[in-house]
Amino acid sequence: MSNDIYMEFILENYRNPKNYGVMDNPTVKKSGANPLCGDDITIYLKIENGKIQDIRFTGKGCAISQASASILTEMVKGKDLEYVKSLGENDLLSALGIELSPARLKCALLSYKVLKDALSGF
Amino acid sequence: MDVNKIREDFPILKRKINGKRAVYLDSTATSQKPRAVIDAIVNYYENFNANVHRGIYRLSEEATDLYEKSRENIGRFIGARSDSIVFVRNTTEALNLISYSYGRFLNEGDEILTTIMEHHSNIVPWQFLGRKGVKLVFTDINEDGTLNIDDFINKIGKRTKIVTVTHVSNVLGTINDVRELSKIAHDHGAIFIVDGAQSVPHMPVDVEKIGADFLAFSGHKMLGPMGIGVLYGKRDLLESMDPFMGGGEMISEVHTYGSTWADVPLKFEAGTPNVEGAVGLSAAVDYLRSIGMEEVRNHEKGLVSYSLERLGEINEINIYGPRDPEKRGGVISFNFRNIRSERISEHLRKEGIMIHPHDVATILDMDSVMVRSGHHCAQPLMERLNIPASSRASFYIYNDRDDVDTLFDALKKVRGVLKI
Repeated sequence: MSNDIYMEFILENYRNPKNYGVMDNPTVKKSGANPLCGDDITIYLKIENGKIQDIRFTGKGCAISQASASILTEMVKGKDLEYVKSLGENDLLSALGIELSPARLKCALLSYKVLKDALSGF
Repeated sequence: MDVNKIREDFPILKRKINGKRAVYLDSTATSQKPRAVIDAIVNYYENFNANVHRGIYRLSEEATDLYEKSRENIGRFIGARSDSIVFVRNTTEALNLISYSYGRFLNEGDEILTTIMEHHSNIVPWQFLGRKGVKLVFTDINEDGTLNIDDFINKIGKRTKIVTVTHVSNVLGTINDVRELSKIAHDHGAIFIVDGAQSVPHMPVDVEKIGADFLAFSGHKMLGPMGIGVLYGKRDLLESMDPFMGGGEMISEVHTYGSTWADVPLKFEAGTPNVEGAVGLSAAVDYLRSIGMEEVRNHEKGLVSYSLERLGEINEINIYGPRDPEKRGGVISFNFRNIRSERISEHLRKEGIMIHPHDVATILDMDSVMVRSGHHCAQPLMERLNIPASSRASFYIYNDRDDVDTLFDALKKVRGVLKI
């Protein structure tokens, strides 16, 4: 885990987020916000044959929340629902690879919570 | 005013953070405490601690005397008699007290007029009265962050029973002309409440001059300890009101099925009070008085002018609130907006990125510069400004131009750290 929360991997995902943008006709669309910070994330999923065929997100917020959403979409794109549902908070946090204070942990986990919420009916 | 000498009085400011001089720019949230206040609290516990008002022994009498002399001293600071000073925990509790005890006089269809720049503590307690059909009405702001007086006049009317306004906005820094608003409120037969949380610590405030029926403020924002605050109220109003909480201290007589109340102000102080807090706040008032509140105000005005000047050097920074230091307290809220760097992907560049205040605060913290970031307990105002959050630097007597320069140098690093 790095002490530098703004290491290149995070910044790259902040400046050039993967899978960013609106999806037409998603199987499911969910939004979530962190009112304390004003961060918000919307996740769009295309689910077919028990797989996340495609995922997109839009949102506004801090570098950590936006980079985390980008990294999460890469982690789950094309994967089986079973696998995605088995992912825990720590799987995302170790993928981020940075040490986070309790306040910033909420930023990092916003996209994870929205994704879990989106998958609750599947 | 000798800031270096003042800084010597604040033990915490000697602390180095990450090996650097701590630049504390969050006094709007809470102020630091001078040695005199810390000593007064220690002295109270080492020499005078006993429960107040009931003991017949010497120590209790001395503790009672300290508690009541503190009330008198704090009252004098805002031009009020001690019997109109109610000790509470903070501004929030003071406003809740009024909402609960005075709110009983309001009926369905009555209105409470406030402003869109209020702290949540001057909004939520009034929303409680919505249950009985009392309507909360918000006065809008002008583009420069000052109160829209025309809107205020349009919205006040026969139904308005309470007007409640912040003296100084904790986000915009706007200083409201409470004297003028008081006149308008009284002309319409409404009572006038002032949230003084951001004014009493920073400028001369006299309850008569501003025409306040109630004034609420917190001790911890004016060099005093946490957990002590003040509700000033006109005596006839306080007398007409029922108690807020019941228990010891606030009663005259208690019988099995009924009780009578103590006189104002003790009627509103149920249970063992925060004597330590009152004594500490009284020492804080002495300290501020020794500097002079005009001096405090002028010092902060100078820092605001200098900051506005320097912040203007960074093009992408947006500042909220009045540009005129005469109309602004020692608070500056800002955002990095519309960043259209070549280094961000095209779809983000179209709208421009707002660098989130949490990133700004984290990066400033690397240089031991402490600012607030978030919605500052003023979400309706954030919505009105159409921003999710902002960064906020605020000043007090221990800040100087060096602090502003350090802030400015650190702000210049923000884009570099994020590489945008």
